[in-house]
Amino acid sequence: MSQSIASQRESLRYRSRLMQPEAERHPDTHPLTWRLRDDGEVVWLEEYLRKDGYQSVRKALADGDPQAIIATMKDANVGGRGGGGFSAGLKWSLTLQGGDMPRGYLICNADEMEPGTFKDRLLMEQQPHLVIEGMILAALANNSCYGYIFLRGEYVTAGRVLNRALDEARAGGWLGADINGSGFDFDIVVHSGAGRYICGEETALINSLEGKRANPRAKPPFPGQSGAWGKPSVVNNVETLCNAPGVILNGADWYQGLSGERTGNGGSKIYGVSGLVEKPGLWELPMGTTGAEILDRAGGMRNGRQLKAWLPGGASTGFLLPEHLELALDFDTVGKEGSRLGTGLITVVPREQSLVALVRNLEEFFARESCGWCTPCRDGLPWTVKVLRALESGQGEAGDIELLDKLAADCGPAQTFCAHAPGAAMPLQTALKHFRHEFEQGISEPRTKAAEG
Amino acid sequence: MMADTPQKTALIGSDGFELDPADETAIIEEMDHYERPQAACIEALKIVQRRHGWVPDGAIAAVARVLGIGPGEVEGVATFYSLIFRQPVGRHIVLVCDSSACFLTGFEELRHALVEQLGIDYGQTTTDGRFTLLPVCCLGACDGAPALMIDDDTYGPVSPADLPGMLEAYP
Ligand SMILES: Cc1cc2nc3c(=O)[nH]c(=O)nc-3n(C[C@H](O)[C@H](O)[C@H](O)COP(=O)(O)O)c2cc1C
Ligand code: SF4
Ligand code: FES
Repeated sequence: MSQSIASQRESLRYRSRLMQPEAERHPDTHPLTWRLRDDGEVVWLEEYLRKDGYQSVRKALADGDPQAIIATMKDANVGGRGGGGFSAGLKWSLTLQGGDMPRGYLICNADEMEPGTFKDRLLMEQQPHLVIEGMILAALANNSCYGYIFLRGEYVTAGRVLNRALDEARAGGWLGADINGSGFDFDIVVHSGAGRYICGEETALINSLEGKRANPRAKPPFPGQSGAWGKPSVVNNVETLCNAPGVILNGADWYQGLSGERTGNGGSKIYGVSGLVEKPGLWELPMGTTGAEILDRAGGMRNGRQLKAWLPGGASTGFLLPEHLELALDFDTVGKEGSRLGTGLITVVPREQSLVALVRNLEEFFARESCGWCTPCRDGLPWTVKVLRALESGQGEAGDIELLDKLAADCGPAQTFCAHAPGAAMPLQTALKHFRHEFEQGISEPRTKAAEG
Repeated sequence: MMADTPQKTALIGSDGFELDPADETAIIEEMDHYERPQAACIEALKIVQRRHGWVPDGAIAAVARVLGIGPGEVEGVATFYSLIFRQPVGRHIVLVCDSSACFLTGFEELRHALVEQLGIDYGQTTTDGRFTLLPVCCLGACDGAPALMIDDDTYGPVSPADLPGMLEAYP
């Protein structure tokens, strides 16, 4: 192979990166990313310790009060960054422990497969010790004996980095028996998956961890009551866990202060943009930053394109319009607009993009990734795709739009076993709401009176 | 009639497959990480796949034996996960991301170019046994969309013109 081809190939290799340079990032404002290096190399243990790493674990072990960790996390109200926004502290307070209850498991959800989402990869590939530090705190709080990082199989680099970091942490006395002489035992292994988006759903994830097919489980019991092998288990997203060290070290008020007056939800957030913008990427910004500011950081739409719509946080969130760019991107505000913050990574849709085609692509994804357990999801989603394909090619029939309304409603909240189907319904329903005319244009026959209803 | 039917062979037999001793050791080591051996099932299949490129029929029974579970359960798992291959594949796996960010930035042209250059579609293997082409969910590389993976390497953004040079590195 010639030298030039090899270097051309090297230059095409994907590298995760944060757009903000080191000079712009400070411990007080960028608790998740201030340690990251401009050269994108991994922050290994020595450098991590030099940059105040593992101080929160030192503090928590010295305090020796797991309930205090939970209380502080509860006050900080760290909304789950896997997309649901559920308070991590509240979740931890519900984990069964004490008495005869055996010690349970702490699971870091590193399955990151939500279309449009690329944040956990950065944290794991470049700053693995922050993930480990957060997991140790969570294990202390939940009395977990063992931790698993459930990593999607395609994240090969993250797996390599995490495994080496785990070795470093063990050698440094941060993991294993009697951590730092505290009497607390806890260790972590990387469990790498083999595909399928549904593995990210926390109960499907537990089945997958147990070596079974990744079908979700009925809730209740919730994992905190009975999870992996029937033991109390806590599942948290990578980014959620990375928030814990700052909270424990600096307190709940500090955490709330990170987002200032913007929002009732505290903290900072790793936001991002992909699609046809000038500079797609990731930024750590105060929670509640507006879509406009994030888009601005991304240099706006590519080559002067106009923005038609956007997804605030992945495929399973609802479409928003340009007028929504001024909203604070937090769990509460976005929720009130009929969408969800989701993972907080924006996907932009330019004016010339057909919404019908895009929604068809999204629903193809959801149809393929259905685990097949419930009918509205297993059968309804392929049917949805079929109707969308017909509309896309101008072959739609009268009544198709109403049929889509019905199929989406059947996938709505509480109609199915897990949140996969509601996730599929949301982009479809919001597209039908905001861009109904585009769907109507795909109908070849004029609408009959009956279909108009 | 019944009496004349020859005895049905087991649906999932060993087919003369023998688990490599090193693989068996690796699987047994994996089992240590969990409360029950079954949890090592996916990793066990991946270990077999690393050696053979895919999971041959006989490996199902062999893995089941090591884990102490039924072959039906192992087969159920093997057929559920998209990155476990139950039929022979090429020496290199090309995974093309077909999710939203890639869709919005030129995935379709990239896919067409791949189909044209490799002469195969999804799920197929080139006649020289070199490449198998498959779609994959968002690779978490959306700021580098459109993205694809060849074996363990992730690339993006990739344009159709980049493909010939890139594929050359995978003989
Ligand atoms: C279909 C589906 C896929 C999901 N995928 C992920 C994922 O890849 N990563 C993740 O952290 N959460 C994912 N979730 C959310 C998890 O079920 C769970 O809520 C989350 O891991 C809890 O952690 P958090 O509270 O810290 O966000 C998914 C949910 C559903 C319904
Ligand atoms: S909603 Fe879909 S993915 Fe979830 S359990 Fe039902 S069939 Fe499976
Ligand atoms: S959508 Fe293709 S990498 Fe995310």
